[in-house]
Amino acid sequence: MDRHGHWLTRGGLALAAALPAAFLAIFFVWPVSSIIARGVLVDGTVDLGGFAETLGNSRTLRVIGQTLAQSVVGTTLAVLLGLPGAYLLYRCRFPGRGAVRALVTVPFVLPTVVVGVAFRSLLVDGGPLAFLGADGTFGAVVAALVFFNYAVVVRTVGAMWAHLDPRAEQAARALGASPARAFLEITLPALAPAIASAASLVFLFCATAFGTVLILGGPAYGTVETEIWVQTTQFLDLRTAAVLSTVQLLVVTASLVVSGWSRRRRETALQIQTDTDTAHRVRRADLPAVLVTTLAVLGLLAPLASLLAGSLRTPTGVGLDNFANLATTGSGASAGDGLGSGLEVSVWQAALNSLRIAVDATWIAMLVGVLICLLVSRRPRRPAARRLLGAFDAAFMLPLGVSAVTVGFGFLITLDRPPLDLRSSAVLVPIAQAVVAVPLVIRTLLPVLRSVDQRLREAAAVLGAGPVTVFAAVDLPVLGRSLGLAVGFAFAVSLGEFGATSFLARPDRPTLPVVIFRLIGRPGADNLGMALAASVVLATITTVVIGLAERLRVQSAGAEL
Amino acid sequence: MSLDVHQLRVTFGANRAVDDVSLSIASGEVVVLLGPSGCGKSTLLRAVAGLEPVAGGVISWAGADLHAVPVHRRGFGLLFQDGQLFPHRDVAGNVEFGLRMAGMPAHARRDRVRDLLELVGLGGLGSRRVGTLSGGEQQRVALARSLAPSPRLLLLDEPLSALDRGLRDRLAVDLRDILTRTGTTALYVTHDQDEAFTLADRVAVMDSGRLLQTAEPHELWRHPRNEQVAHFLGYSRCLPVAAFEPAARPVGVRPGQVLALRADSLVVERDGPLQGRVTGRHVTRAGASVSVDVDGIGVVLARVHAGDQPAVGATVRLRLQPGALAVLGCSGCGPTTIC
Repeated sequence: MDRHGHWLTRGGLALAAALPAAFLAIFFVWPVSSIIARGVLVDGTVDLGGFAETLGNSRTLRVIGQTLAQSVVGTTLAVLLGLPGAYLLYRCRFPGRGAVRALVTVPFVLPTVVVGVAFRSLLVDGGPLAFLGADGTFGAVVAALVFFNYAVVVRTVGAMWAHLDPRAEQAARALGASPARAFLEITLPALAPAIASAASLVFLFCATAFGTVLILGGPAYGTVETEIWVQTTQFLDLRTAAVLSTVQLLVVTASLVVSGWSRRRRETALQIQTDTDTAHRVRRADLPAVLVTTLAVLGLLAPLASLLAGSLRTPTGVGLDNFANLATTGSGASAGDGLGSGLEVSVWQAALNSLRIAVDATWIAMLVGVLICLLVSRRPRRPAARRLLGAFDAAFMLPLGVSAVTVGFGFLITLDRPPLDLRSSAVLVPIAQAVVAVPLVIRTLLPVLRSVDQRLREAAAVLGAGPVTVFAAVDLPVLGRSLGLAVGFAFAVSLGEFGATSFLARPDRPTLPVVIFRLIGRPGADNLGMALAASVVLATITTVVIGLAERLRVQSAGAEL
Repeated sequence: MSLDVHQLRVTFGANRAVDDVSLSIASGEVVVLLGPSGCGKSTLLRAVAGLEPVAGGVISWAGADLHAVPVHRRGFGLLFQDGQLFPHRDVAGNVEFGLRMAGMPAHARRDRVRDLLELVGLGGLGSRRVGTLSGGEQQRVALARSLAPSPRLLLLDEPLSALDRGLRDRLAVDLRDILTRTGTTALYVTHDQDEAFTLADRVAVMDSGRLLQTAEPHELWRHPRNEQVAHFLGYSRCLPVAAFEPAARPVGVRPGQVLALRADSLVVERDGPLQGRVTGRHVTRAGASVSVDVDGIGVVLARVHAGDQPAVGATVRLRLQPGALAVLGCSGCGPTTIC
């Protein structure tokens, strides 16, 4: 045990461990393992025939191939575009740098449905890029994925780059290395852990992307994630869906292992780190980075501008008609679009639902996340205890990668009967969203808690502070601002969550992303206009929430997202 | 002259980090830039390396202006305070880096790396990971790495400051020996006077971006140009000769000159020409001393002969030791005479 008097007593520790463990067990492990069981078990015995059958199917192979292709291409492009951005935004100094950094982050926090709708608005007939004929193609999906994940690369790599001691590269230059050679031989290997970490995260997001692919991909295009959804909701083939979920789980676990490994590498790569400001003014040699980043930022702006312009377009010109229509349930009853028939409530009502659900999801995610962080940030002396905490930490990262569709689907098949029948309960959707948000809360708070120097706690204890006072005097002030940031993240994620919610939301209580998806699936310019307007509303709420939360970020403590 | 710095100016915004500095280094010479932290000495060194944009003045090598020559084509070596070894390469991989950049074939590199590791006293450690080395060993590897391509000029930026005292003194002697044996021309930056005097052929004292004085160590020690230099070298008091009674003045000094005193410049002696009252007693490694309030001069330190322990409040007589004080602002006189 920690002799320096952590504020938690043994009993408190057990409680702090039990609540999140139970949460994870009931609302993640059980549903997900039930899905695996459905793929593997037939009448109580293990039968891998379902795998052979599903994986031998040419449709499945095409789906897996498309998933891998979009993930590999999307990740590669995001890294190639993101590296110059990371350099320019974290290694150079120029007026407006803060604004550009914030702008770059916007796409990452946008709900996937909004990203999909924004790209559609660029590419559909009448859109500014309609001439490319890219609507519903692989290129459109990849572009949206890069748009979404550019910030992950820029921020993860940039944060490390900003603290890379420039003198290592200078030493190489003095030894006769040209700028390019010094970059390749010294800087790039030093950044490798951050690049690997960002790339594995982006790969994960690309492989499990749902809303974006569903909206942009078109009927012929499918990934494992959308295929699970199609098999479940349209073909009612739960076995195939379960096999696909299992395959996805394996891929996701593998990339999480890579991500965790590279994160540890990053935390130990201290040798050439510095606390001093390494940024310099933009020089002529930085021109290529400036050009690439300018193009990337324009690429980020185009869909957003197009979304806004589209939402203001009316049959007669420019106006707020689409926003006025948000008080209605849309025009024309729709034929089955996969999510039940037309809207039962107005868009504003759905927005209100979204906000209520997000509030519930946020406090659940914060409760669970904070308890886990307090637990995992401890450094017990016994190696076995340390390993246990490490495993605990890793277990709560899994929801980050396990597709939300799998979680939602898992909820459907496990929580719909006794002992736990939550199918008609209003808490189902917030809980599902909380499962998705918890990893973000942890990744925001944990690095901050870990950055608190243990000697500070010791100093306070020596000065006579009891365990609770130590926590209040040392941990809480540091944690305070980050708690706000975590709340913001959790709230934004809940607002935009689509994968699990699309399974679980009842038709009479849809959320904003669900409504947007339904609107865009329905014919008619009015419905498209309403979808665009609703997307603008959702994007605005999310951006404002994240913008407020970002102001609370603790500068020095390297949060990872 | 090999390196020639002429009226160099480096600015950070409105702040002149290096202000109108001129300095030359002859082939094979070791020049030490000595100054307090923040005085601009590292900036000057980085400007010479080509890492800092120059606001004015000329840096040239053998008469050729280096302005348009980028860092990697200058052929200078650079050694940082904390080594900046490449963590993803082993010891040999670090040492051979410059040789690889120069396109030396692998077998020749192996031999050269072996020789250099022998030279810095780390023979046989080529395959060690740099993370497993002690601070002193890391600096030795960094030295071998910067010497490997036989740089025309070696730039050393406080290379020993991160080490503890004993190791620093030992490494300073080794470093001087290695620089002499390899005939390396070097510009060495430090804030440590002992290090400067151990290593330097010439010392350049710098403060607030300006060079205050450049001289050989003994000349500098005996004749600091002004009070600022004297204080930085450890002289605790500067007093005009006129402050002393004519009988108390050392032979050969003129009334207009200023004397710089250090802890052992005054000695308690029964028939000394100065008189004062003891205000405190001190014992240090170097011996015993007293603080004495001398009429018309103020409180000064004076050395006490062994066995002689005047009490606080007692009246004592003092004598100046001509060999243990400096005369400011005087040049061209020999090391043995006062002036």
